[in-house]
Amino acid sequence: MSRPGGPSGIKVLPVGDRALLIELADGAAAEALHAELLRRRAAGTLPAVREIVPAARTVLLDGIDRPAGFAAELAGWETLPPPARTAEAVEIPVRYDGPDLAEVAAVWRVTEEEVVAIHSATEFRVAFCGFAPGFGYLTGLPQRYAVPRRATPRTSVPAGSLGLAGPYSGVYPRSSPGGWQLIGSTDLELWDPSREPAALLSPGARVRFVAETGRR
Amino acid sequence: MTDRAVVVVRAGALTTVQDLGRPGHAHLGVPRSGALDPRAAGLVNRLVGNPEGAAVLETTLTGCALRPRCAVTVAVGGAPSPVTVDGRPAAWGTPVRVPGGALLEVGRAVAGVRGYMALAGGIAVDPVLGSRSTDLLSGTGPPPLADGAVLPLGAPTSPPARLDGGVPWPAPPAELVLGIRFGPRADWFTDGALRTLTAARYRVSAASNRIGLRTEGPGLTRARGAELPSEGMVLGAVQVPPDGCPVVFLADHPTTGGYPVVAVVDEGDLGAAAQATPGTPVRFVPLG
Repeated sequence: MSRPGGPSGIKVLPVGDRALLIELADGAAAEALHAELLRRRAAGTLPAVREIVPAARTVLLDGIDRPAGFAAELAGWETLPPPARTAEAVEIPVRYDGPDLAEVAAVWRVTEEEVVAIHSATEFRVAFCGFAPGFGYLTGLPQRYAVPRRATPRTSVPAGSLGLAGPYSGVYPRSSPGGWQLIGSTDLELWDPSREPAALLSPGARVRFVAETGRR
Repeated sequence: MTDRAVVVVRAGALTTVQDLGRPGHAHLGVPRSGALDPRAAGLVNRLVGNPEGAAVLETTLTGCALRPRCAVTVAVGGAPSPVTVDGRPAAWGTPVRVPGGALLEVGRAVAGVRGYMALAGGIAVDPVLGSRSTDLLSGTGPPPLADGAVLPLGAPTSPPARLDGGVPWPAPPAELVLGIRFGPRADWFTDGALRTLTAARYRVSAASNRIGLRTEGPGLTRARGAELPSEGMVLGAVQVPPDGCPVVFLADHPTTGGYPVVAVVDEGDLGAAAQATPGTPVRFVPLG
C-alpha cells in the first residue's frame, strides 16, 4: 500500500486495518495536507474518520473504513496549496524570564534582548499537539534558531513555561518533567477541560507571543 | 443516608472509573482511555441494565471494597474474583442486589488482571470531554479511587438483564496470542527482527500498565539508526523502544511517539492482553 511519488509526493503507510499514516517530505507539506483534510472534512467530502492527528512529517488518519480505498484516492491528490491563514492569531502574553534565556542567546549568538525581540516578532503556527493535552509544537522560527534539548531534563517544569527544542517552541500546559530550554512564562491557561474549547492551541492555529515587561 | 452514592472502603491496588473513553481528541494530545477489556465492561453493564456507555469500575489484581449508601444492583466480571456482601459469598458474573449500608467486597483475582464492577445507574462523576474515564497518562478524568472517596451513582434506567444460560466469560489467557499486521515502520527493522517477532516467545512484563503491555524477550534489531520524528500512534501499536522489546499500546497510550511501530495488534485481541498476568507467554501471529 506504500505509494511513494504520487503527484503530490506523499507516501501512504498502512497502520493496522483501520488507519493510515501519510508521510510527507517535510513539516510544511504535512501542515498543508492536514489543512486540506480539515477542509474536506468540513465540506463533507472526506470518508468518516475518528481522528486526524498531524505530527512532525506525517498525518495519521485513525478509525477510517476501507483505508485501502482511501489510500488509493490520496495518491491521486494534486500538490496541495499552503494552508490558508486562519482568521486570528492567538496572543500569548509572556514574561521572557526563563532560566535558559542566556543559554539560548549564546546558541543564537545574539543578546538576551535580541532573543526576546526575535521570538516575539515571529508568527508561529501550531504544527501539531502531543506530549500532554494542550501542548502545541509551534513552528515559525527560522532553522538557524533551532536549539538542542537540555542534556539533563528538569524533573519539574512549572505550568506556563515557554520552551524551545529543535525547531519548535511550546508552552507547558501543566507542571511536568521536561527537557526544553526555558525562555519565559505565561499565566494563560493552555488547557482547561471545563472550558470550551479546552485547548487554547489546536493544530493549524496561528500564535504570537507578546512580551510583558516588569513584575516577577 | 439514602443518597445514590457509594463509599470506597478499600480502593485496591489501582481502581479507576472507565467507560468507552474519549476518542476524537488525539490531535490535542488527549489519549482515548476507556476500559482496557471493553467486552467485559460492556457485559457487566448489560447485567445491571445499564447502557453500554455507563461508567464502571476497573480493578487491578486486588479488587476493592465499597459500601453503597442505598440498595443497588451490581455485577462483577472480567477477571474472576471472590465477591462477598457483608462477608457472605455472593455471585460473580451475575447481577447481585446489595442492601444500602452493606459491605461489598471484591477479592484478589484468581485469574486475569482487570475486574469490572457495574452498579445500576453507573458511576456519575462529572464527565471530562464527554467521558468519565480516568486517563493515567495525561491525568484527564477522575483520579484513581482512594480509600474514603465517595462516588455518586446515576439513576437506573432499565431493570437488570436476565441472561438465560449465563454469560460467556472468556477465561484469561494461559498464552496470549496477538494477531498483528505489519507496518507502518516494519522497514525500520531487519528481516531477522521481523522473523524474531513472530517466531520467538515473549512474556508479559510486570512493568505493564494501562498505557502499554510491555514484553520481555529477544530484542528486535533495527535496520535504521536514525531518529524517527514524532508521529501519530494508534491503539494496539507495537512500538519498539531502544531496548528492542515490543510494547503494545493500550487505552492510555500517548497520542504521538518517536519510536518506530513495527506492527499493529488486532483490536479484538486487546481485551485478552488486558487480562494477561505478568509472565504469561506472548506470541505475535501475522494476520493476512
